[in-house]
Amino acid sequence: MQRHLISAADLTRDDAVHILDTAEEMARVADRPIKKLPTLRGRTIVNLFFEDSTRTRISFEAAEKRLSADVINFSAKGSSVSKGESLKDTAQTLEAMGVDAVVIRHGASGAPYRLANSGWIDAAVINAGDGTHQHPTQALLDAFTMRRRLVGRDAGIGQDLSGKRITIVGDVLHSRVARSNVDLLHTLGAEVTLVAPPTLVPVGIETWPCEVSYDLDSTLPKSDAVMMLRVQRERMNAAFFPTEREYSRRYGLDGDRMARMPEHAIVMHPGPMVRGMEITAEVADSDRCTVVEQVANGVSIRMAVLYLLLGGNEPAVRHARPTGTTEEK
Amino acid sequence: MDTQASEARPVLEGPDIARVLTRIAHEIVERAKGADDVVLLGIPTRGVFLGRRLAAKLEQITDRTIPVGSLDITMYRDDLRMHPPRALARTEIPGDGIDGKLVVLVDDVLFSGRTIRAALDALNDIGRPRAVQLAVLVDRGHRELPIRADYVGKNLPTSLRETVKVQLAEEDGRDTVLLGVKQTASGAQH
Amino acid sequence: MSKILIRGAKVLGGEPQDVLIDGEVIEAVGTGLPDDGAEVVEAQGKVLLPGLVDLHTHLREPGREDSETVLTGTRAAASGGYTAVFAMANTFPVADTAGVVEQVYRLGQEHGYCDVQPIGAVTVGLEGRKLAELGAMHESAAGVTVFSDDGKCVDDAVIMRRALEYVKAFGGVVAQHAQEPRLTEGAQMNEGVVSAELGLGGWPAVAEESIIARDVLLAEHVGSRVHICHLSTAGSVEIVRWAKSRGIDVTAEVTPHHLLLTDELVRTYNPVYKVNPPLRTERDVLALREALADGTIDIVATDHAPHPHEDKDCEWAAAAMGMVGLETALSVVQETMVETGLLDWAGVADRMSFTPARIGQAKGHGRPVSAGEPANLTLVDTAYRGSVDPAGFASRSRNTPYEGRELPGRVTHTWLRGKATLVDGKLT
Repeated sequence: MQRHLISAADLTRDDAVHILDTAEEMARVADRPIKKLPTLRGRTIVNLFFEDSTRTRISFEAAEKRLSADVINFSAKGSSVSKGESLKDTAQTLEAMGVDAVVIRHGASGAPYRLANSGWIDAAVINAGDGTHQHPTQALLDAFTMRRRLVGRDAGIGQDLSGKRITIVGDVLHSRVARSNVDLLHTLGAEVTLVAPPTLVPVGIETWPCEVSYDLDSTLPKSDAVMMLRVQRERMNAAFFPTEREYSRRYGLDGDRMARMPEHAIVMHPGPMVRGMEITAEVADSDRCTVVEQVANGVSIRMAVLYLLLGGNEPAVRHARPTGTTEEK
Repeated sequence: MDTQASEARPVLEGPDIARVLTRIAHEIVERAKGADDVVLLGIPTRGVFLGRRLAAKLEQITDRTIPVGSLDITMYRDDLRMHPPRALARTEIPGDGIDGKLVVLVDDVLFSGRTIRAALDALNDIGRPRAVQLAVLVDRGHRELPIRADYVGKNLPTSLRETVKVQLAEEDGRDTVLLGVKQTASGAQH
Repeated sequence: MSKILIRGAKVLGGEPQDVLIDGEVIEAVGTGLPDDGAEVVEAQGKVLLPGLVDLHTHLREPGREDSETVLTGTRAAASGGYTAVFAMANTFPVADTAGVVEQVYRLGQEHGYCDVQPIGAVTVGLEGRKLAELGAMHESAAGVTVFSDDGKCVDDAVIMRRALEYVKAFGGVVAQHAQEPRLTEGAQMNEGVVSAELGLGGWPAVAEESIIARDVLLAEHVGSRVHICHLSTAGSVEIVRWAKSRGIDVTAEVTPHHLLLTDELVRTYNPVYKVNPPLRTERDVLALREALADGTIDIVATDHAPHPHEDKDCEWAAAAMGMVGLETALSVVQETMVETGLLDWAGVADRMSFTPARIGQAKGHGRPVSAGEPANLTLVDTAYRGSVDPAGFASRSRNTPYEGRELPGRVTHTWLRGKATLVDGKLT
């Protein structure tokens, strides 16, 4: 039985809606004077971060603490990992300390999958972003944000995103956010369009359950939500696009472009934003931009995932396809 | 549990339940000296419906709006590790909160008392009521904690082999309380 | 040395015959040969092949004796039915001088399980900048005839041209590891549908095909012979087929794993499937099989690449590339080529013994099973079926992609110049 959250593709529609509904209840805890629940008392969770990501780590940590789990933060920098200790040894060291779950961020695609399926440890594994592969809790918090804004906070309970048109713009090739979102949004019934220069679209994308376009302007009027991905300036040096200026002229979201979106449509960004590159300050600071909401929603979603995976004697979320297959034990 | 319901015997029918709730409403008004600071909090699922019905009756008696809400105790249960995680229900605290108020918790069946223990913990994280009271439709005995109800619709002496199932129109299509016999090894309803 | 009579073996899969070995040579082949006091090996139902020859083996010695040594590697070779292996040059130090190649050659001779023919590096330190002393390696006791920077591509067109030209003086051949380096920066697996989904850096087919295309044109231009290592894509097959049709002197090899496995396996993120060139798609696999059958691809070579456990028991990106193959090669070829009807056993003898020996000029190997020839022979129980158990490997490393997989065929005996190196599946 699957006890892990490795990929958004592993979630069924019902699993995903259940997580969103649970997160909706978790969100209400944030409005109370005591923002804490006793649910995971006595459970130990380690945040195993091989890559710097203060935002994601803090979000998980807040979620863990609100559920009363004992939290250990492990950052690879300055640790034995930087002295050459392997992922396996690190994980086994932590497990020996009695860890119930490992929240892992790793630069190598598939590292969380390996951790969960190689017989190295017994703890539950939650993927907090691996290489250019997956970032399932990000996709969940994005879907949560969309459901709240496009369906409604209460009206959304039990609902998916059927018929919503979502446009994701930017560096799809190097983006785990794009991959996770395409998987999850498709499962939830949304129609996804990816927009990027052809150099930033992966070869083999034709099997993804989405449309691909090279033209931002023609997709904007048909979008209920537009998600801008961060574009790292270093990509310019690898000839993915000629200049920053050309990139933002062709694929950046500014006020004029935002005006072409439907009235109700929202602008999303997983952060951190590169203002002036993929998004202008005018758009980033408008009420249609949900960046700050996404951060708050991230805590609720992570609380829901932690509760559903660790709150009982077995996980409440079963996966559509088993991810643990024929690995050695 | 549904299969047992078909073989179970009704111990309270629709009119009985309505009558019992009316009586409890009057008792609340009497004991709370007019019920002007009462807040009703139903425990999901059926306690919420009972809470709303009680509030309606209190409003008839007092001619005032009675704040009513719901209190989900799932995250405070002491048996979380014994089952898969349960779906969460809504906690809805009325706008003025519960600080300094008389909170009456409403549930359908009082059994071991563990649900109410969890409800008291949950309440503690939400505010500081002046006092907390408990209203239940059925008290079937077999307490495992030092907890008692302030308002009881019906005391129903049962054996541990028996099940008590409350059905309400809002959820089940009809009002009734059924007494049956446990057929599986798994726990009773309440 | 006493005589050995192999009785009733299907020589190259043909009619049952007896083969009498006297000392280091085959004395007679026929039916009803008298045992004459010879040790008799009953071989009814089994297939007798010339000793297999592997043009592409990594023995790791010197430098990485934790993963393989000449001793353990040649024992693995004998287990798999091989009597000669060509040892790749990417050792530490690199086999780019006469001294290193002679050492490897001598170790093979001393251990006596399998002839070891060192391959010399094309460039100093495999760095692709300066030609190694190819002539000195050829003239050494090791008599190197095959040169390769395998593991790295000779990507500089001028260096490649010079190497192709230079080895003509002594009949050598350059074996190219075709991988355009810029197109494969950060490459982790085949670039396609699966890499897009898994978020692993892509190794595009064109990075192999563009180098092969360049090199066959260079070979044509300078009138040299070129050999292509571990060809892995359908497009590469097309280019080699075209080159051969033009009369270009090109030969090519395919590995057993590229004949059987696809990149779908990478979905497990299990680094046992990480190899260079990477596992490709079903379409490529089928094209490679067909090309091996029709002779476009000349030979099967294992690219036996041992790695210690810790280099595979980790996350994909950190893992070493490569698979062991000597002990499973013949079974995989039986599964993919014989049982599919694409090759008969005579064809297998050609692709795994005659032709690799000819390309590498391995003296005394890849010879017909007939009187007067050196007794380098392999006896195969082709009816056997069993699942692969790496614990039983003679190799020091266990990084096989076939663990637990059922494969047909088992080598029961191997003779190196009349001396049994493997008897009833056990090394001597």
